[in-house]
Amino acid sequence: MTGFDRLAIDSLDQFLYGRCPKPVRLKNGMLIGGGQVYPELNFTLPDMIINQDSLPAVRGQYEQMITEAANRAVELGAPGLVVEFELLPDLTLQPEWGAEITQILREKLDLIQARHAIQVGLRVTPNDIREFARPPMLKSGRYVEDMYRSFDLCARAGADLLSIESTGGKEVHDDAILTGNLPLAVYALGVLASRDMRTLWENICSIAADHGVIPAGDTACGFANTAMVLAEQKFIPRVWAAVIRVLCVARSLVAYEAGAVGPSKDCAYEGPYLKAITGCPIAMEGAEAACAHLSPVGNIAKAVPDLWSNESVNNVRLLGAMAPTVSLEQLVYATRLMNTAASHGADAARQLRDWWVESDALLDPQAYVLQPAIVLELARTVIAEPTPYLRTRRSALAVLEVLRRAGVSGALRYSRHEQRWLDRLSAQADDLPEEEAALYALVREHLDSSKVRLQEYDITV
Amino acid sequence: MMEDALKPIYEALIEGDHRGVAAHVQAALDSGLEPEIILKDGMVAAMNEVGRLFEAGEFYVPEMLISARAMQNGLALLKPRLVQANVASAGKVVAGTVKGDLHDIGKNLVCMMLEGAAFEIIDLGSDVPAEKFVQAVKESGAQIVAMSALLTTTMPNMKETVAALEKAGLRRQVKVMVGGAPVTQAYAAEIGADGYAADASKAVAVARTLLST
Ligand code: B1M
Repeated sequence: MTGFDRLAIDSLDQFLYGRCPKPVRLKNGMLIGGGQVYPELNFTLPDMIINQDSLPAVRGQYEQMITEAANRAVELGAPGLVVEFELLPDLTLQPEWGAEITQILREKLDLIQARHAIQVGLRVTPNDIREFARPPMLKSGRYVEDMYRSFDLCARAGADLLSIESTGGKEVHDDAILTGNLPLAVYALGVLASRDMRTLWENICSIAADHGVIPAGDTACGFANTAMVLAEQKFIPRVWAAVIRVLCVARSLVAYEAGAVGPSKDCAYEGPYLKAITGCPIAMEGAEAACAHLSPVGNIAKAVPDLWSNESVNNVRLLGAMAPTVSLEQLVYATRLMNTAASHGADAARQLRDWWVESDALLDPQAYVLQPAIVLELARTVIAEPTPYLRTRRSALAVLEVLRRAGVSGALRYSRHEQRWLDRLSAQADDLPEEEAALYALVREHLDSSKVRLQEYDITV
Repeated sequence: MMEDALKPIYEALIEGDHRGVAAHVQAALDSGLEPEIILKDGMVAAMNEVGRLFEAGEFYVPEMLISARAMQNGLALLKPRLVQANVASAGKVVAGTVKGDLHDIGKNLVCMMLEGAAFEIIDLGSDVPAEKFVQAVKESGAQIVAMSALLTTTMPNMKETVAALEKAGLRRQVKVMVGGAPVTQAYAAEIGADGYAADASKAVAVARTLLST
């Protein structure tokens, strides 16, 4: 296990997009985090069923998406392109199908690299199908076997990077989000999710090592992006979504402790924290991901990424072209501006970074906690704690303190309802015990055995 | 004018005070008030107000959920009396996220809102195959099937469910309602669903309209 107890990037001046202390090199030469920001394109199917009969049509869709988008990347003179193939559940449930699509994408990417001056990379993200068993079975059973087989076959079929959007602990966290229960969220992330991440990522790293591919990283999408989307719909307070974002840091960090090296997955908006702590490259998404979901962090997310992504777009026709090609073009232009600024030196890169930050930071608490300076401050505090639980607890206390301070100084203006929640969450945080066992006693009544199997997390009660 | 015994029920429900709701419902029953009046003029009226506060941005889902759970507490006391008095619910709804799809938050919110409007919900959860919807309709005699889908590759399973209901000879006895981020009114029409709602509050209005036509 790699231990992290201090920041790899400790100075705002060094905290930049496109570069990091531990860049990652792919087999075919592409260097991520070594000076350039590259577009990372993710695409998905339009509305259609996936089964044996529709497989030829599914293949055809992916062939069309990769061909048109990759050709456009070449026409636009993009220096590099990473494609993410985020499997759909049926493609993980039938691991051979996912591997077959991986191979199609690999061949097309290799072809354009051979013919043109473009560097390419392929991230493959099997699904966490373990939750098809209800309550989720995390360590054994058919779904677990198929999920790991999917990793294995996709690595063999040509993936450069392996990722997952893992969901251990989500079965408890969903309730915590919707009921505004901070101790329960801390338990779900700091205890349950973190324990699951350890086993899961040790296994993924071992599969990656077998095939000489890169274990890239996870995302707390099922936790913090669920909260972000709910806040966007005015279902939960924005301060609550901002707190949850920072609560996820310790959980996502576990992948790196187990051997992941980045680039983290695009929808992990906790990425800047991971980059500051580990020094590994990160993928991020924002304005160009509005095709997948709305967010209040469209520009600030561009502050420190190494890959810039559209999260996901389905293959439908728009006036310009098919949607994946449109997304690709948007990503190429966004990254071209970042790389152009950086080519004028570090001061110019910092200037652009600071404009991205300034344009969003004071408009929403979720943007506020992504400011590079705040990220460094909070990451430093969090990493000083020794265990995932204590780090998550510290995250809660520290981020609430930052948000309260922002309210008092007038940097952020909270509505009456947001302020009510800030006070309520602060009171809950103050009661978080230092002992994990004491936290368990606090949340026990909310752990519904029809939803969660604690033994899957090695917890015996 | 609201009956005196109903006022504390109404207030406790808006406050989300589940013990208070149970105690006041019991007191109202003991004082001889009709269970139907307690339900409609006390609890459903309060949940309507909770819905209004939510629409106005005064409440968030956590507050609404706490009220909805408090309503469950009151309903548990009322249910046997309502059955005895043969009082029908606003309608019986079989709900679920379709096969292959595990996104359930939207569906849960729709269920919560329908429950608050006195619909009886049979929640089949997520990843629900067509046959399970069919079976639940057969067993419960529900008037509405409510399906949610979030993935473009699971939306077609809504159509499969409509076809399965048809095949089982149940299509005429139930209305089908669909929703979820990628679903549209046009898609609902295309697959032969009777109703579509873009969000959870609209789902209540749509369900009411479906049963009144
Ligand atoms: C019956 O009548 C009605 C009437 C109204 C109805 C209704 C029924 N149902 C809903 N409504 C309506 O009322 C509700 C309240 O107003 C609304 O419900 P919604 O559900 O729309 O809204 C909720 C209140 C809040 N919204 C949500 O909860 C969904 C938000 C997004 C970000 C999302 C989330 C949170 C999640 N996800 Co998923 N996820 C996305 C979503 C992006 C998006 N644009 O929607 C989407 C849908 N996911 C996607 C993907 C790819 C996936 N997800 C997956 C997993 C997850 C999480 C588990 C992490 C989490 C779900 C948590 C949960 N318990 O539900 C995986 C699939 C799992 C599976 N088998 O289903 C996975 C495959 C990712 C992976 N790498 O494994 C994408 C779909 C791509 C596609 N081809 O369709 C996606 C658009 C995000 C993206 N990447 O762009 C209305 O639609």
